[in-house]
Amino acid sequence: MKPILMLCACAGSLAAQVPYARIAASASEPGSWLTYSGSYAGHRYSPLKQIDRTNVARLKPAWMYQTNDLNQFEATPIVADGVMYVSEPPSNAAALDLRTGRPLWIFRRALPSDVRACCGQVNRGLAILGDTVYLGTLDAHLLALDAKTGHVRWDVTVADYKTGYSITVAPLALQDKVIVGVAGGEYGVRGLLDAYDAKTGARLWRFWTVPGPGEPGHETWRGDSWKNGSATTWVTGSYDPASNLIYWGTGNPGPDYDGDVRQGDDLYADSVVALDASSGKLKWHFQFTPHDTHDWDSTHTPVLFDATVRGVARKLLMVANRNGFFYVLDRQTGEFVAGKPYAKVTWAKGLDNRGRPILVPGMDPKPEGTPVYPGVHGGTNWFSPSYSPETGLFYVGMREEGTTYYRATTDYQTGTYYTAGGIHGLAGVEPSGAIKALDPVTGDAKWEFPLHSPPWAGLLSTAGGLVFGGTNEGNLFALDAATGKPLWTFQAGGPALGNAVSYEFEGKQYVVLTAGRALMAFGVD
Amino acid sequence: MRKGYVWNAALWVLLVHPALWAAGAGEALFRTHCAPCHGPKGEGGRGADLAVRRLPRAPDDAALSAIITTGIPGTQMPATRMTAEENAALVAYVRSLGRTQAVRAPGDAANGKRLFQTKGNCAGCHTVGGAGGRLGPELTDIGTRRGPAYLRTALLEPEAEVPENFASYRKLIYTPDNFLWVRAVTADGKQVSGARVDEDTFSIQIRDASDRLYSFRKDELRELHKDWGKSPMPSYRSVFSESELQDLVAYLASLQGPS
Repeated sequence: MKPILMLCACAGSLAAQVPYARIAASASEPGSWLTYSGSYAGHRYSPLKQIDRTNVARLKPAWMYQTNDLNQFEATPIVADGVMYVSEPPSNAAALDLRTGRPLWIFRRALPSDVRACCGQVNRGLAILGDTVYLGTLDAHLLALDAKTGHVRWDVTVADYKTGYSITVAPLALQDKVIVGVAGGEYGVRGLLDAYDAKTGARLWRFWTVPGPGEPGHETWRGDSWKNGSATTWVTGSYDPASNLIYWGTGNPGPDYDGDVRQGDDLYADSVVALDASSGKLKWHFQFTPHDTHDWDSTHTPVLFDATVRGVARKLLMVANRNGFFYVLDRQTGEFVAGKPYAKVTWAKGLDNRGRPILVPGMDPKPEGTPVYPGVHGGTNWFSPSYSPETGLFYVGMREEGTTYYRATTDYQTGTYYTAGGIHGLAGVEPSGAIKALDPVTGDAKWEFPLHSPPWAGLLSTAGGLVFGGTNEGNLFALDAATGKPLWTFQAGGPALGNAVSYEFEGKQYVVLTAGRALMAFGVD
Repeated sequence: MRKGYVWNAALWVLLVHPALWAAGAGEALFRTHCAPCHGPKGEGGRGADLAVRRLPRAPDDAALSAIITTGIPGTQMPATRMTAEENAALVAYVRSLGRTQAVRAPGDAANGKRLFQTKGNCAGCHTVGGAGGRLGPELTDIGTRRGPAYLRTALLEPEAEVPENFASYRKLIYTPDNFLWVRAVTADGKQVSGARVDEDTFSIQIRDASDRLYSFRKDELRELHKDWGKSPMPSYRSVFSESELQDLVAYLASLQGPS
């Protein structure tokens, strides 16, 4: 046996001791990927630079792993101490040996046959803390699994799946707790965000994203509509340890297309909420799309960064929103700093000085149909953008696809589809897309790489000066982060629907991309 | 009084004509549960086109009922929860979407077949029953997918309704099915025009009028034009007489799939 193998065995025996301090200091540990976005700041940026502009053309698969399920594979893997932890559809998880890609364990969740998932039975990833990994399930449970074996340590019910709740989001572990959100925005659930004790599974706090009677914001709902107001929380948020604030995006108000039953702004749907991590109390909110009737969930990972704006050093947060606008907010106060369209927008003329949209009349869904850009899947969607501190650019997969929205009247029935209308693609237009690099302070596009169809895959930027991503047609690619020029592409034979990560193992950098059922680790010889 | 009359009439319909009630209920259920993906008339969108005579995944009503109940694993088709009566009403309504033009098209289908192969030279571009060209859509089952009026328009004004596709609603590797006409110029000046067979971000495949297949990396091309809304098919208005047109439509309507 060669010494390098013994080193590896050593690392294996230390497997998965990932205390909070390691995740909070993720920048000092670039070889691992310890949380959904690589860091609490939501950057999805790797400081690794072994793979760079000069050698990326030689990138080749080192190994592949295939999920055991035909549903869409949307997960972000976690990499720690020689092991990759990845969830797979519908609500399963696996630990993979980084040397070979072979599974060390696979956990399979037995799901009831009547779980509800509007848009595919998917899971977007795990969280790790200590020697435990955390998995949300389609029947709306949160599970703690032994990282060494995949055995269940605890299993708590977050919400009743029979009323339409499900969990597809990757949980966020911080300090001694696990934050998890819910899906179900097309079933008239009431949105929530929960924190659980990482050791015991005891619930520490709950934030209702739709305020109840007597709470501020309740008056933005008509009658009892708040009870089915949705505003779900199905994409992982960010965290700022300095202020102890969690930033989390919220989904569409329900029902999706008939706004009359819920006249008002419908807080806190289509917003980002800043919550105190210890208490779950709301510090501030910013609503991107007041009184939305186009299903523009603001379920995006907020990207935290610091910059000087008009001569003042500020702590900021940015979001390329499903509604077609790019926003920069003050992350201490929620104050609107800047915003402009990054995608085709026909529903608003612009944003006012508080960031509120200046509406174009007549854009609400009508029984005979209303064509609108962006369409129902948005100018972007749940998949992650990326921010490179090296280039100072924000990268986003942009979708150009309109929708004709139809309005109908639907009575709420517990656990059934509650959208009150329908959608259809625009006649005679083939949708398209692009990867865009935006200046994070001004929102100006620095470059644009055109895609054949609107993307469904997230982006990863690296210190090697690269942006990695994938297309619906199975093209995995690396672009020059400074210019957008394509430097590497690989036809993987299945649609790319997940978020990329990077890690180092035995002195070599790997980039992990997914397509179809396959997860692939790419490296340069 | 007038109100009472309407109410009585409605009651009569409900009590005496349960079939009518089921049709109305099925349509309402469809609007709620199906139209968001399948389109308000079942014409397809994120979900499959349901306005067809044969649903590929649901050969009979029991299969359709099961799909509505359990969804289709591996796709975006979700499970739904409804009563047995509602499920049956929805099945009946979905089936009704596919009943295109039960009336037989007037005309002599046998003569239409002869015109298809001779005067129209249609087989140069279209395949029927395994024989014919590949430039245009396969027509072996066109009678199940399109009604006579649509077929007649397609012959007279081929660009009136060029087939569309909505790739992004299908999170699957797909090949475009809209026969988009494209013109490419290579870096060394060679010109190729034809129907798009497939395309992704980095490449395009084209079939030209002489049935030759080309595959280009996009960085090998100097120009790539897409003729949206155009069709290489000529209008047959001046080719066929009115009675010949009727015969050809009758023939196309008779094409019901592989025998």
